[in-house]
Amino acid sequence: MNFNYTEEQLALQDTLRRFIAKDYAFEHRRALANSADGFDRAAWKTFADFGILALPFPEDFGGLNGNAVDTMLVMEMLGRGLALEPYVSSVVLCGGMIRDAGSQAQKEALLPAIAGGEMMLALAHHEAGGRYALDRVATTAAANGNGWQLDGAKAVVLGAPSADKFLVSARDGQGLSLFLVDAGAPGLTLRGYPTQDGARAADIKMAGVQVGPDALVGAAGDALASIERGIDYANAALCAEAVGIMSALNEITLEYLKTRKQFGQPIGKFQALQHRMADMVIATEQARSMATLAAVRADSADAAARSRAVAAAKAYVTQSARLVGQQAVQLHGGMGVVDELNVGHYFKRLTMIGLTFGDADYHLGKFSDTLLAA
Amino acid sequence: MDLNFTAEEQAFREEVRAFLSARLPAEISRKVLGGKRMEKNDFVAWQKILHQQGWGAVAWPTNYGGTGWNPVQQHIFEEECADAGAPMQLPFGLKMVAPVIMAFGNAAQQQRFLPRIIDGTDWWCQGYSEPGSGSDLASLSTRAHRVESADGDHYVVNGQKTWNTLGQYADWIFCLVRTSSEGRQQAGISFLLIDMKTPGITVRPIIMMDGEHEINEVWFEDVRVPTANLIGEENKGWTYAKFLLGHERTGIAGVGRSKRELQKLKELAKQESADGRPLIEDQRFRDRIAQVELELMALEITNLRVISAEGEKQRAPGPEASILKIKGSEIQQMLTELQMQALGHYALPYLPEALDADWKGDPMMPAYADDAASLSGHYFNYRKTSIYGGSNEIQKNIISQMILGL
Ligand SMILES: Cc1cc2nc3c(=O)[nH]c(=O)nc-3n(C[C@H](O)[C@H](O)[C@H](O)COP(=O)(O)OP(=O)(O)OC[C@H]3O[C@@H](n4cnc5c(N)ncnc54)[C@H](O)[C@@H]3O)c2cc1C
Repeated sequence: MNFNYTEEQLALQDTLRRFIAKDYAFEHRRALANSADGFDRAAWKTFADFGILALPFPEDFGGLNGNAVDTMLVMEMLGRGLALEPYVSSVVLCGGMIRDAGSQAQKEALLPAIAGGEMMLALAHHEAGGRYALDRVATTAAANGNGWQLDGAKAVVLGAPSADKFLVSARDGQGLSLFLVDAGAPGLTLRGYPTQDGARAADIKMAGVQVGPDALVGAAGDALASIERGIDYANAALCAEAVGIMSALNEITLEYLKTRKQFGQPIGKFQALQHRMADMVIATEQARSMATLAAVRADSADAAARSRAVAAAKAYVTQSARLVGQQAVQLHGGMGVVDELNVGHYFKRLTMIGLTFGDADYHLGKFSDTLLAA
Repeated sequence: MDLNFTAEEQAFREEVRAFLSARLPAEISRKVLGGKRMEKNDFVAWQKILHQQGWGAVAWPTNYGGTGWNPVQQHIFEEECADAGAPMQLPFGLKMVAPVIMAFGNAAQQQRFLPRIIDGTDWWCQGYSEPGSGSDLASLSTRAHRVESADGDHYVVNGQKTWNTLGQYADWIFCLVRTSSEGRQQAGISFLLIDMKTPGITVRPIIMMDGEHEINEVWFEDVRVPTANLIGEENKGWTYAKFLLGHERTGIAGVGRSKRELQKLKELAKQESADGRPLIEDQRFRDRIAQVELELMALEITNLRVISAEGEKQRAPGPEASILKIKGSEIQQMLTELQMQALGHYALPYLPEALDADWKGDPMMPAYADDAASLSGHYFNYRKTSIYGGSNEIQKNIISQMILGL
């Protein structure tokens, strides 16, 4: 057993930590959240230079051959910085799915472009009414002489407004399949909006969108397993991001308990608040353990073991994040609920992580169902 | 022991219902029920309608134009108003400053201010908290010093108040100010009524984390306040403020509004589908709704117990109000959280335009997401309820000290 990061991992962590402190300060981030893109294209370029856009890809395709633990480390730092860049949707999720399910030609065309920061992807899978279930897809793909015609609607596609291509799930004769669709494809309309945490997403409608024969990703009818794997990978990454945010919130709150004075003393002198802060730290350490477990299992070839660990982690981390987020706000008093301070923004991001790709109840249920099988 | 309302109370409830269905403007109740952004005039218009009916101040005694209703009637009224989607009657004038003016103000102040509160003419805000003085209010440092002059004696006020709810609309602010730094902190505080149009007052918005403008900073720079606007005696303001805190307790639990929001939560859980079935059929989520309903059932009875005891004048409303504040705020927070959670993916979009009363929805999004677009914002906004009005930690201190003697 070894819980230590390697030299390279520590170096990358350090680089990201310095970048966040120097080039991604909170006021800069606020301006980005209010900008048209909603994120920093220059930062994206920097991420490419750092190699983190290439991290999870094989060397043959311009990647660094990193594993999910490397991704965890990156996500924790991006969490601390409240980074708005669509790293999870483009690199972790879609990049991961192309890596795992794409053809040789697709990998050659897409992975180096993602790694170099020239191309962004987004997963258009969930639909209104399906909630978090991964097999509830009504979008159709009708085979024709030139490939397929796609019709349907997708809900709250994260990172959609900046995506060059979408990975779209649709039902064809064979079952559930995945297709690559250009963002500008005729028949595809997009209604973009900011999300509660300052990021960007869109609802997407497809009416008679034609894709060619090379658009199919993986075997026809085989998409569900790829989607499950991709979403697991993304959820493991989100757990790490949450842990990064929780650590930051704990540091900020601890500092506040030491400096904010009421009744002639720092509020941290009140035992009620000391215990609360201790609970937050306990929750964060436990969450960190679960996020680590999820990262280690996310690369597992055993799909059942992977899914089970990620479901457990996402349920647990979301519960911990709820406690830490709510209490960080509470212990800041009025300052906790204002837009001006970063605390509220960390809290909002934590809350949205908990509602992305399955909430705590969904993941607890998924884990709980595995008890029947055991 | 009888948990039923009496025939007279039932009849009273019917009367309130009939009034609400006849007089509550539909465009206002639509906003309240749809969680839309409220404007100043929504509150003012409703206050004027209530006043015409003679119901402008349910908790005031009749000699000031109040209804003279007993606490159970007041409770029924608040419950029916919430259910119908009436705007909440803001407490600052009616429930906060007015009782102080009645108890400690002079006749001139009573005649000058009370009629304009009950008829909706004056909008009041509360100027207690300061950046350095929140939970520890007695440490406040906004200064008022008395000067004599030819045009009448007045105070000159300097300092800053903060977190002033809806102060952007206010005509008047009631303030605790420091008039002496001798002796105990509490013994140097006075209660001043200040016209918001007085030169030297600056109001700056504070945006909350839901992106909305609900609170403000109020700055005072050499603001001249006639001594006629002092309530009671100089340096006795703390006593008046404490009277105010212990005075008005009906409504603090927010039972009526929480019942309405619970209903809304159930509706949402019926509309949202989870894996092909209504979310309400999901045992895990339904249990969460059930759990908050249990909390609310208990609070409703606890609230009525406190209210009845108050009505029978067995004892003054005391520290048990802290129980109502804590549980009431926790239930409100749970409800907003579950409403957000019910939405699934549609908890994510941030659409401030959806708070506009005339927002037509977005053809891209499923119809029910239109009405839901504000719910995550409510969750974020409602974190305030365990912070303001004496934080829940302070309420627990009150329970441990005043009830338990610890
Ligand atoms: C939305 C909103 C609206 C408001 N509206 C108004 C208004 O209209 N007028 C007005 O005057 N004020 C208003 N307030 C201010 C409100 O009353 C204060 O925020 C509240 O009293 C807490 O003070 P604080 O924010 O300075 O927090 P602090 O007092 O600094 O408290 C910080 C944390 O320490 C805890 N704490 C403090 N002392 C103790 C203790 N002894 N033991 C245990 N824990 C303790 C608190 O519970 C809190 O968790 C409003 C606040 C909000 C958020």
